[in-house]
Amino acid sequence: MNLLHFVNAFFNDSARWHGADGIPQRLWEHVQYSLMALGIAGAIGLPIGLVTGHTGRGGNVLALLATAARALPSFGLLVLLTILMGLGLTPVMVPLVALAVPPMLVTTYEAVRTVDRSLVDAARGMGMSPLRVLWQVEVPVALPLILSGIRSSAIQIVSTATIAAYVSFGGLGRYIVDGLYQVDYVKVVGGATLVAALALVTLGLFWLAGRVFVSPGVRRQQR
Amino acid sequence: MGGFFRIPSDLQHSYLGLVGWHLQEALIPVLFGLLIALPLGQLCARYRWLYAPMLGITTVFYALPSLAFFVVLIDYTGLSDTTVEIPLTVYSLVVLIPAIIDGVRSVPEETNAAATAMGFGPVRRYLQVDLPIAVPAIFAGLRVATVSSISLVSVGALIGNEGALGNLLADANFYHRPILAWSSVVTTAVLAILIDGLLVLLRRLLTPWAVR
Repeated sequence: MNLLHFVNAFFNDSARWHGADGIPQRLWEHVQYSLMALGIAGAIGLPIGLVTGHTGRGGNVLALLATAARALPSFGLLVLLTILMGLGLTPVMVPLVALAVPPMLVTTYEAVRTVDRSLVDAARGMGMSPLRVLWQVEVPVALPLILSGIRSSAIQIVSTATIAAYVSFGGLGRYIVDGLYQVDYVKVVGGATLVAALALVTLGLFWLAGRVFVSPGVRRQQR
Repeated sequence: MGGFFRIPSDLQHSYLGLVGWHLQEALIPVLFGLLIALPLGQLCARYRWLYAPMLGITTVFYALPSLAFFVVLIDYTGLSDTTVEIPLTVYSLVVLIPAIIDGVRSVPEETNAAATAMGFGPVRRYLQVDLPIAVPAIFAGLRVATVSSISLVSVGALIGNEGALGNLLADANFYHRPILAWSSVVTTAVLAILIDGLLVLLRRLLTPWAVR
């Protein structure tokens, strides 16, 4: 088969595994960009989602902000910022963060807001402070949904970080963009395979995180 | 502001022409996505064990970067709108299928029972009871799918002028006219917000009984 043949040719070429344009180096760059964007987006989206979900207020404003952020075209933003600010990490990070905040923010808000009210009331009745209600009751119960929000953000970041290559950054997008201009389909398909594989690994990690961090009682309830 | 609406002639489109093309490339996939997702969602709602594998498969497709997806498809569909539209259709499924399942599940058991008791057959019950009640949930998914689709079309510019408004980005670089990049980004964002507003309006028209 055509596609498999390309994949084979890409990974069997031993030259691909060394140097600045080697697979380990490009993979590491990709992981770095992705983690950085996810970290920044999480630092923005999660606290806001937790607080607004806890108070149950501001849902309309959040929905509006999320729609506005989604409406920003990532690729266009990347090119525009590069033109305005020159080459640098900021033009790459801004679109990725703008892409990743809405799913996290909206899901966290919804997850915390829809925690069973009787649980929250019971916790309050036991004399828990609002902060303890949030940390010890709402977050653990809402965790599966919160994780699913972070997961869709992470996957979008991993697959979109490829466009960083268009403004001469590294990462796995290098293979796709370079391959496109060099009409080297082996390179393109190889790069795509690597990105998809990285996204699948990300999926797997979140599944694992769900097994480890979600309390068994909450997990049983979900089924 | 001079160059905002003045499009370089190599794009062979006027400003409004680009807008129309962009909308076409963005909305056709969502429409196809909806047509595919409706029966699939119904199937998943009836046979619950189907849901997990279905979600798994669509998520894997979602993980494919759009650029790579486009490039691989060039071999099969050439440099055409279809090459952009197929991946966007697949992406929309990831959002639409769960939304439709949510919607179908939000139909109360008693409502279904009442419809059956009134002599509704399965098809009529689906069209006149299930679907209308599912509208708010379906529209929630439809809004996300539409807005991301409009934003993603621009990436098509990378495979050779298949990105409608995104094509302006390459020209902004070639001709050193940043205004073209502004034009591309601002127009795309405004389009997305306008269409999102239209969908909200449409949902209100379709669910006159809903509490505001």
